[in-house]
Amino acid sequence: MSRGAPGTGTAAVEVEGLRHLYGSREALAGVTFRVSRGEIFGFLGPNGGGKTTLFKILATLMPPTGGTVRLLGRDLQGDLRAVRRGLGVVFQRASVDPKLTVAENLRHHGHLYGLRGPALRAQGHALLTRLGLADRAADLVETLSGGLQRRVELAKGLLPRPDLLLLDEPTTGLDPGARRDFMAHLHERRAGDGVTILLTTHFFEEAERCDRIGILHRGRLVATGAPEDLKGRIGGDVVEVRAKDPEGLRKQIRERFGGEPVLVDGTLRLERPRGHEFARELVEAFPGEVQGVTFGKPTLEDVFVHLTGHRFWGEAPTGGGGT
Amino acid sequence: MTGVLLPAGTLLWREVVRFCRQRSRVVGALAQPVLFWLLLGGGLGASFRPAGAPPGTGYLEYFYPGMIALVVLFTAVFATISTVEDRQRGFLQGVLVAPVPRASVVLGQALGGTTLALGQGLLLLLAAPLLGIPLTAASVLAAAAVMVLMAFALTSLGLVIAWRIDSTQGFHAIMNLILFPLWLLSGAFFPGPAADDLPGQRGGRGRGAAARHLPPGHGTVRSPGVPRRYPGGPPEQPLATPHFEPPRCPGIVPLPPVSRRR
Repeated sequence: MSRGAPGTGTAAVEVEGLRHLYGSREALAGVTFRVSRGEIFGFLGPNGGGKTTLFKILATLMPPTGGTVRLLGRDLQGDLRAVRRGLGVVFQRASVDPKLTVAENLRHHGHLYGLRGPALRAQGHALLTRLGLADRAADLVETLSGGLQRRVELAKGLLPRPDLLLLDEPTTGLDPGARRDFMAHLHERRAGDGVTILLTTHFFEEAERCDRIGILHRGRLVATGAPEDLKGRIGGDVVEVRAKDPEGLRKQIRERFGGEPVLVDGTLRLERPRGHEFARELVEAFPGEVQGVTFGKPTLEDVFVHLTGHRFWGEAPTGGGGT
Repeated sequence: MTGVLLPAGTLLWREVVRFCRQRSRVVGALAQPVLFWLLLGGGLGASFRPAGAPPGTGYLEYFYPGMIALVVLFTAVFATISTVEDRQRGFLQGVLVAPVPRASVVLGQALGGTTLALGQGLLLLLAAPLLGIPLTAASVLAAAAVMVLMAFALTSLGLVIAWRIDSTQGFHAIMNLILFPLWLLSGAFFPGPAADDLPGQRGGRGRGAAARHLPPGHGTVRSPGVPRRYPGGPPEQPLATPHFEPPRCPGIVPLPPVSRRR
């Protein structure tokens, strides 16, 4: 299998004008992006943003309503089996059989990809060793912890030595430590095999560890870029103000300090170069009004709010046929 | 060809391993027919003598082939419930994104159910001598061939239904609607209406008649008076086949009509 160095050769994923409808509800409204070979690319978005729909289309589980998708240089309209040969897929829901052992799961999965015999055993064993699962190979999957079960899923996804690994919210349900472990394994595999990794997530710390991310909101890709670059789009610090009368305070701040504070879920949000000084001035200027002020360096959550005008959490999914 | 057979084989093997790991399934599948046999055979045996049976044939002997049919029928059809479970639990999604023809996925599942059903059927068949029912190598082979055909057809029927149902409760509800009439009217349980008496029958005396006229004493066990058809039902269903004799008509195991209609 040939793999180009990151950023060279044909892109691993090329998506143009991708649309998908569930009935009349538009889950994806014209999404366009490119992922280079060897890159770790994350789709960040709240539930209902379109991540899972995008994942299902890329994983060849569902044809899109419109647009073109090329994976590893092959069009999804063409020979699907050829596309699937180059893909490894890790689902959000478990796809391992809990009644089988770790090794049995890998063996059956390998057979589905045409692997067999000593080569399959050697490959499976090497993978389990790298993922720290070698001593659990003979255990039934149902006896493993949640974190280890996710690692078995990862082993399944990596077993056919894919050029492109797709993961749908792979660490959902794991504690923060297990989530960090899982991401560390992904980085190791990228460094070791050069595999291109595309994942969806709603964890900011996971998105921070991607080379580039795309922010999905209501079926649209509102931004793509390296996490640091996206955060750099926000000037200085983010100041959040809680007030008795946020709308009244918004006007007063605008009159006194200029700028355009944004009201998000009852909290006033401003971007200022020197947040700590501004916070002090604000409390002194409106002593009876301000109930609390926080400020800090922008996070990806701030980037999301900045770009969409919505809170990341607390938005109800729009429902209907997955997200 | 390995592109089809390797995946199909691996799915078959997984089905068998899963079955053996779930002790409740093994116990249930074996205990249920034995229980039926003892309760129904014991209860009805005293007052019921199958019409046309050779003298000395008791109900338990009459019902033994029917019990094997029951085991094959239920095991084959309920083995396909794992398709519903695989979808619910997520295993199927991993299979569907693999570079495997869909035909080999279906073949693997159908052969998995067939293997389970055949295995259980054979186990019971080979226990027949313990109950004084004589067997010969030829009769075992012939019966095994009939069981393979039955099991494959019934697993395929189960798959057609399981593929469209997304809950195990729904699967049970639909399958019971289909299974119990098939089983009760098959003649495995008690002789049904004679084929000759049914209106609109073509061909007159069918296999039931042929079975009745086979010479006794060559080690075959016959269920006499087996109806081949029932009103509104599928033609030539193989469900009553555990005569331990070679099938007369190789075409008796069509895909059940439900799968044709869908």
